Amino acid sequence: MNFSEYLQSISGVAIYPMFSLLVFVIFFIVLSIRVFRMKKEEIIELENMPLNDSITIENK
Amino acid sequence: MELEKFSYDNKIVRNFAYATMLWGLVGMLVGLWAALELAFPSFNLGISFTTFGRIRPLHTNAVIFAFVGNGIFMGVYYSLQRLCKARMFSDFLSSVHFWGWQLIIVSAALTLPLGFTTGKEYAELEWPIDIAIALIWVVFGINMFGTIIKRREKHIYVAIWFYIGTLVTVAVLHIVNSFELPVSFLKSYSLYAGVQDALVQWWYGHNAVAFFLTTPYLGLMYYFLPKAANRPVYSYRLSIVHFWALTFLYIWAGPHHLLYTALPDWAQSLGVAFSVMLIAPSWGGMVNGLLTLRGAWDKVREDIVLKFMVVAVTAYGMSTFEGPMLSLKNVNAIAHYTDWIVAHVHVGALGWNGFLTFGILYWLIPRMFRTQLYSQKMANWHFWVGTLGILFYAIPMYWAGFVQSLMWKEFTPEGLLKYQFLETVTRIRPMYVMRSLGGVFYLAGVIIMTYNLIATIRQGSLLENEEAEAAPLVKHAKQEKGEHWHRTLERRPVQFMVLSLVVILIGGVVELIPTFLIKSNVPTIASVKPYTPLELQGRDIYIREGCYTCHSQMIRPFRSETVRYGEYSKAGEFVYDHPFQWGSKRTGPDLHREGGKYPDSWHFNHMMDPTSMSPGSIMPTYTWLYDDVLDISSTPAKINAMRTLGVPYPAGYENIANTDLHKQAESITQNLAKEKIQIMSDKEIIALIAYLQRLGTDIKLSKVTTAGNK
Repeated sequence: MNFSEYLQSISGVAIYPMFSLLVFVIFFIVLSIRVFRMKKEEIIELENMPLNDSITIENK
Repeated sequence: MELEKFSYDNKIVRNFAYATMLWGLVGMLVGLWAALELAFPSFNLGISFTTFGRIRPLHTNAVIFAFVGNGIFMGVYYSLQRLCKARMFSDFLSSVHFWGWQLIIVSAALTLPLGFTTGKEYAELEWPIDIAIALIWVVFGINMFGTIIKRREKHIYVAIWFYIGTLVTVAVLHIVNSFELPVSFLKSYSLYAGVQDALVQWWYGHNAVAFFLTTPYLGLMYYFLPKAANRPVYSYRLSIVHFWALTFLYIWAGPHHLLYTALPDWAQSLGVAFSVMLIAPSWGGMVNGLLTLRGAWDKVREDIVLKFMVVAVTAYGMSTFEGPMLSLKNVNAIAHYTDWIVAHVHVGALGWNGFLTFGILYWLIPRMFRTQLYSQKMANWHFWVGTLGILFYAIPMYWAGFVQSLMWKEFTPEGLLKYQFLETVTRIRPMYVMRSLGGVFYLAGVIIMTYNLIATIRQGSLLENEEAEAAPLVKHAKQEKGEHWHRTLERRPVQFMVLSLVVILIGGVVELIPTFLIKSNVPTIASVKPYTPLELQGRDIYIREGCYTCHSQMIRPFRSETVRYGEYSKAGEFVYDHPFQWGSKRTGPDLHREGGKYPDSWHFNHMMDPTSMSPGSIMPTYTWLYDDVLDISSTPAKINAMRTLGVPYPAGYENIANTDLHKQAESITQNLAKEKIQIMSDKEIIALIAYLQRLGTDIKLSKVTTAGNK
């Protein structure tokens, strides 16, 4: 007995993978476009955050 | 703008660092012990508390939740404060979090050897502890979000996204997988049964790896690696993609632990597809980590912190390449149930988690204690002994996995299986000895580190409150013109959390809902009946002793398995299994069709001394089952609980269940008496024999579903 037969008994089952694939693909396309269009200065500001966090008063 | 003065809380970081070191030692020592038990069964000591089945969950829980858990909190509490330019939200909550977590660990260390377990891998802790974990996790969440909200920095650095993703996902996973019905103070049954339980468990199990051992550590990598190398991360863009891709993909990958099992095909394929895709973000992250060191590789030769981190990131790359490969069905057919998987997880645990933790400790402790590391030489020793330990651990395990798998599948020209199961075990025992040696090396390294760090701590003094100053954050209500949308999101932690929650829920829902709602997804088999009261009690002994740590109950549809074990397992056979006991490792043979294979007397003698029936067996002895009287006072409660969960015991059966139990126990005792074995019918071993003899017999009796398949 094949399990896919049981799966077919779910009404509108095709919507699950279609929906999730769509969300997945759209999200990533949008994300990638936006990420690669980020400005260089923004990137530099962001990536230096761990290094700039030590404006702490150095211990004596 | 006026600068605000405040201080970072280093005391809480120190506390978590101490706990990391302590539990690391304990967890690894227990791991070494478990390894020795497999190589030399006498290490089981013949007492219940120290047998492999109880020690192994102690080891996994200790290294995952105690060692790595405290390591996460140590790194998060240090980096979060500095990235937010704010002290932790509440010192009180920090303290509650710390002591609560240690209390949970201690209660785990007590209950697991005592045999209180849910029988679900990496989620063995019983329901009161599960609730405590959820509460403490919420405390951590409030403290973390409180800090993020009162931050003085406009943006939220990528490490913090990883922390947020971790917080949200672990909470969801823990809660969904821990739905269980309490029977007594320390005993509960999983709300799910059979296939559903397996799907939920491995959805949880894989994501425990993903969101407890990986994403928080990636956050730590994105903070501490640039710190140690003193240069920014190679590509911040890549880190954004890395984060979202991991969060999106990981949540789907769980079913790759259940390939060729009775899990529906579509769910298996879904798991494989997403697991293969995972290689992209994982390697993106690894490359991002390693390339951060571009132009600084000369530092790696000198700097002990970077040495550890480079090996850690490399180990991450190796295990995340291997993972997708293992999820391919044809590779999985060979690797599953063997020591290959043990090797795979230990490359991740010893290499990635272990070495990154050590690197962070070597960086953090001297800084917080305002001193230099006590001995560079010792740290170098630790590095090399530890690396050697990983090799001595992993290589024999890979070897053992390949050898055993090939032996399991080898047929003679006459079409018979070439090797008895036991032969495949005795063949790889030398590898188990080698592996223990690897464990000794690795542990020796950790002992050296502990000594070195204690000496460092002694020569320095802790800066409990590190003074700092920063300008307060001006509230930006609206998105600035021309600003990137993701940067806007980065300023809104709560929305960020909600979005990542939605992302992981989509994966979880699509994966879990169909099997939940649709009963027909698990075809029922008419001949499958609920367990008798004695079998149910026996099953609870099976769970208590952790038999699932070495024995699977899931025969895959391969010729090499159906010839060795019998008819392959069907989803419908497990509908009354709360929890499922499919297992994930065959240190011993599969037991799904164990029922009726041997006489009762065989099991009686075998459990007393396995080598008497199977010379060379590495199974521990279970002598206490012959002295301890079965607690039948729990029978009515157990029957009631099972009925609540949907097992069709007739109304009022709980009142007469023990009468049936006595009857069945008597008949087993009489069977044994025929073989000249004298034992009282009220001992625990009788119940266990009843359960073992029941295993997989429902289908044998019917024969209907097997026709045409053999």
